[in-house]
Amino acid sequence: MKRHLTLLSAATAMLISGSSMAAEELFIYNWTEYTPPELITKFEKETGIKVSVDTYDSNETLLAKLQAGATGYDLVVPSQNFVPILVSEGLIQKVAVHSLANYKNLEERWQKPEWDPEQEYSAPWQWGTTSFSYNSENYSGKGTSLKEFFEPSEEVRGRLSAFQTPDEVVSLANIYLGIPFCSEDAKQMKKVQDLLVGQKEFVVAYNSETMSDLLTSGEAVITNHWSGFSRLGRLTGAPIVYAYPKEGVVGWYDSLVVPTSAKNVENAKKFMNFMMDPVNMAMLTENQGYGDAVKGTAAYYSDELKSAPEINPPADLNVFFAPTCSPKAQSLIDKVWTKVMQ
Amino acid sequence: MSNWLPRSAAGRRWLGLAPSYFVIGIFMLVPMVIMGVFSFLEPNPYGGVKPIGSLDAYVKLFFEYDLEDNLVFNPGYINIIFRSFQLSLGATLLCLIFGFPVAYFITLQPANRRNFYIYLVTIPFWTNLLIRTFAWIIILGRGGVIETPLLAMGIIEDSLRMMYTDGAIAIGLTYSYLPLMVLPIYASLEKLDFRLLEAASDLYANRFEVMTKVVIPLCKPGIIAGCLLVFIPCLGAFIAPNLLGGGKKLMLGSLVQFQFASARNWPFGAALSMLLLSAVVITLIFYARAAKKRAVLEGSA
Repeated sequence: MKRHLTLLSAATAMLISGSSMAAEELFIYNWTEYTPPELITKFEKETGIKVSVDTYDSNETLLAKLQAGATGYDLVVPSQNFVPILVSEGLIQKVAVHSLANYKNLEERWQKPEWDPEQEYSAPWQWGTTSFSYNSENYSGKGTSLKEFFEPSEEVRGRLSAFQTPDEVVSLANIYLGIPFCSEDAKQMKKVQDLLVGQKEFVVAYNSETMSDLLTSGEAVITNHWSGFSRLGRLTGAPIVYAYPKEGVVGWYDSLVVPTSAKNVENAKKFMNFMMDPVNMAMLTENQGYGDAVKGTAAYYSDELKSAPEINPPADLNVFFAPTCSPKAQSLIDKVWTKVMQ
Repeated sequence: MSNWLPRSAAGRRWLGLAPSYFVIGIFMLVPMVIMGVFSFLEPNPYGGVKPIGSLDAYVKLFFEYDLEDNLVFNPGYINIIFRSFQLSLGATLLCLIFGFPVAYFITLQPANRRNFYIYLVTIPFWTNLLIRTFAWIIILGRGGVIETPLLAMGIIEDSLRMMYTDGAIAIGLTYSYLPLMVLPIYASLEKLDFRLLEAASDLYANRFEVMTKVVIPLCKPGIIAGCLLVFIPCLGAFIAPNLLGGGKKLMLGSLVQFQFASARNWPFGAALSMLLLSAVVITLIFYARAAKKRAVLEGSA
């Protein structure tokens, strides 16, 4: 019995020291290759908080992980259409982002966005667009229409790549066909299905990771792509052009939110505030090449980034942000995708 | 002896086995029961399950609601399951064709060198499967290891387009699981009494007959074990179909993954897993029965 007691007190001591150490820790769960190490180092130096980063590959994975009861994360980075789901499922908590010191730096157009109307939950990370890219050495088109992606010309036959998950592909199809996002109309979704089934004849691979490699090797001539990720491909020296089709592109906005199960809420808020400082946000944008929502960051951009076509879209570009789909609309999207993949 | 040990022999035996019961319970039964229960519940729209009983997940395997809300037969999922079986069968056959000669070759080596060859067979397991699969993209892909020299020598003029095909998936699966075929066949060949082969030759069996009538029947348990070890993981594979096949056709593994992630229909994912599990169990039961029957026959002979 005595031995048990000693063990127990040792365990308690460890727990206590563990929790006092935890005050200086922060656990971030972010998309793969979305957290520049130099940014983390800077935050650690300034605050003395030790940061750990774990990664996921899609909003769906994040949701499934939190839904399954994963704990220990202090910050996660969902896209705008997943924020309301995380709120309604009780998976993230209010941290009054609007009261943070650097909140005043947030661009007016991104303050109190529709997915977080009181700005209680979310602080900015990056926002960008989804469209397609092409290898200008192998392709004669100019990326002016989504038709080139969905109903491509002969030179793209067997050399087209689309994303592996349905949400953004279906959203782009909606834009092309003029059908509203999250449609609950089976007949409209049938049109989307027909379009995607037709497109499949040209598809060499469904891929959401190595699009730039596909373009560089010539395995694909056109791929689905994200703006900043396409820039990173171009910076390796490949002739990759990000297309701005006239119908428009899909927009997304990723933000920092704090899970309900977070242990280091104050440190998470410190990090949110840190990211709304233009110097720090500019570091992130420099690394990722999407857009940011913080005023005054452009002053810190490199000349390369300032002139990058991927963050300087044409002024008349239509950017459509997807809302959260109802379960009915979501099940139609899943049906379409399963049919396409059969 | 301490007095807390059970008195009876049966009790003690049970106590001795308790750790293994515990391990099997935690790592096999509990997850399977969770999966089974989940498959009979209703999906929560945003992932997870609602505690309401429902058979929908199983109905969905075969039927769907059409635009007028009529329940109609839907062969879609059955096709995916059928395709996975087909591909796994193909990969198993390829593994057998390449694996058997390798195992036979190793058996014919002097005893002191066999271990070295076995060691070579296991080397691929030291590297992560994902990385090895990516290596195949470099080998098979456009401008890859195979194409570049052929193009340079003028043997081919355009890309062979080997990547992102069913053939590429079959190669990837065969490569991944080949060691699992070689090792059990080797284990049974090693015990083979080679004097039997000489005896067969003395009795005027030609080389082909020696192989088909003596060697193969004697190492049949190894062949069957190897086939099962390859076939079953192939059914659930999703790395090779996604990376080498370009994810153009859903396989069972990817379909299950899709239900838990994008589609957020956990009960349906669980039902698919149950279906896969029962298919495997039924195959194993048939195998066990056949083995038993054979043992009885041989025993009575």
